Parts: sequence; structure tokens; C-alpha cells
Amino acid sequence: MNIFRYSSPQTFYPLAGRMAPWFGVAAALCALAGLYLAFFAAPTDAVQGEVYRIIFIHVPAAWMSMFIYVVMAFWSAIGLGLGTRLSFYMTQALAPTGALFCFIALWTGALWGRPTWGAYWVWDARLTSQLLLQFLYFGFIGLTRSIEDPRRADRAGAIIALVGVVNVPIIYFSVKWWNTLHQGASVSMTKAPSMATTMLLGMLILAFAAWFYSLAVTLSRVRSIILERERHTDWAQSEIAEKGAAL
Amino acid sequence: MIWNSWANFFAMGGRGFYVWGSYGVSAVLIVAEVWLLARRRKTSLQRLYRLQQLEKD
Repeated sequence: MNIFRYSSPQTFYPLAGRMAPWFGVAAALCALAGLYLAFFAAPTDAVQGEVYRIIFIHVPAAWMSMFIYVVMAFWSAIGLGLGTRLSFYMTQALAPTGALFCFIALWTGALWGRPTWGAYWVWDARLTSQLLLQFLYFGFIGLTRSIEDPRRADRAGAIIALVGVVNVPIIYFSVKWWNTLHQGASVSMTKAPSMATTMLLGMLILAFAAWFYSLAVTLSRVRSIILERERHTDWAQSEIAEKGAAL
Repeated sequence: MIWNSWANFFAMGGRGFYVWGSYGVSAVLIVAEVWLLARRRKTSLQRLYRLQQLEKD
């Protein structure tokens, strides 16, 4: 099988349509299992009590917000380097979901900060760099939607994605490089886990839920983008005729 | 079982506002995204279909 076959919008469109529902189902199952562990299996935290349960949504959302931006930068580089249209469509399909997870990370962080630190917000390196990520997402979406010529919008967006990706390692390492109020990394590859196994497991399963969810919504969104951008091609015309008539 | 009653569960050790405020807003946003996505698919198909019909004439 030649995987490059799927780099054409025409072949990727039906593939995305077949995959998206499965990722949606996987996301729902992981979310149910993860939420069960988060609320019914994970014990009360010795120091923080019950409020720590925000971690189960906060950490997966924060991871996802950073990861999606890296994937956007990856597709942007491919798009600028090889001129593949689908790469730009993927970048644009990912942005709203990345912005959503970034907002969830900030929101849940604020609601966690108030009872534990005494403040919804502090200008700490971790929080500030995560806020900058939110603005990068909004900037990307705003810019790509405001430029009339879609090919110029693709390029402008790709440049924001590539320049802004520098911020992602800054967010990740901010808790090491600076003396932050925000705690250090929750999961480390090199140290023994500091969390109870059920807590860690719940968080990881919810992280998988976030992954599958992002795949499902991005693949669905890219289908609309493909159809809009490729509407002058023969295959898109027949798809529009068939699906449009059924509405 | 860690909760003695549903009331205990919803109270979250007195931190219910923060815990449910986090989960509630996240759930609303996720449902909203899925809904907007379905609506976008429908409206863009409708628009593209109308354009196609116009071009045919």
C-alpha cells in the first residue's frame, strides 16, 4: 500500500469519513473508563483533599493543547516544503480543537489555583506561556480566516504555526527553568511515579480519550474544509450533488 | 467505595464549585464543538449545493 496515495484530498476525504466515527467511539469509551477511575476509584488526596480531581481533566487538556500545536507546526512545515494542500487543511482543522483544549487547561487551572494557591491567576512562567499559546491559537484562526485568498491564508497560518511552536518547549520546561508557583511535571519518564496507580491510570486513560476525540473532530472538520476548498474538482462536485440533494 | 452518599459525592469535600465548575464547563465546550462541527458540515454542504445548482443554470 502506498501511503502517499492518501496525501491527495480526494482519497483522504472518504478515508477520514470512515475513520472519524471509530475514533469518536474510542474517545467515548476511554472517557467513561477514565471518569469512573477519576471519581470512583482514585482515592482522596492526602494533602489536597477532593479538589485535586481537577487534575484528570487539567493535565490531559494541557498536554493535548501543546501536542496539537506541534502537529500543526509539523503539517505547516510539510505544506510549505512540499506544497501539499492537504497539509494546510489539516493545520486549519486542528486549530479550533487545540484552542479548545488550551482554554480548558487555563480554565480548570484557574479553578484549581483558587482553592490551592489562593488565586485564580498568577503571572507565573507556566501560566503566562500557556496564555500565550491561547493567543497563538486565536491568532492563527483569526489570520487564516481574515485573508481572502486561501493560498495566502495557508502560508500566513503556516508561518504563525512554525514561529509559535517555539513557545511549546517553553511551556513544558517553564516549571524547571523558572521558579514557578505551578508544580513540576506530573509524569516523568525518568523518575518513579509519585502518584497512586489509580490516579495515574485515570489520567492516562483520559489523555487517550483526548487524543481520540481530537482525531475524530479533526478528521470530521477536515472533510468540510476539503469539500469547500476542492469544490471545483469533479469528484467534489459529484459528492456535493449526492450529499447536497439528500439534505 | 469512597463516597458514602450522593450528597457527599456532589459536595467534593466542600470543593464542589471548583471541581464541578471545571468538569461542567469542559463538558459544555466539548458538546458545543461537536454540535458546531455537525452544523458546519450541514451549512457548508447546503451552500455548496446551492452554488452548484446556480452554476448549472
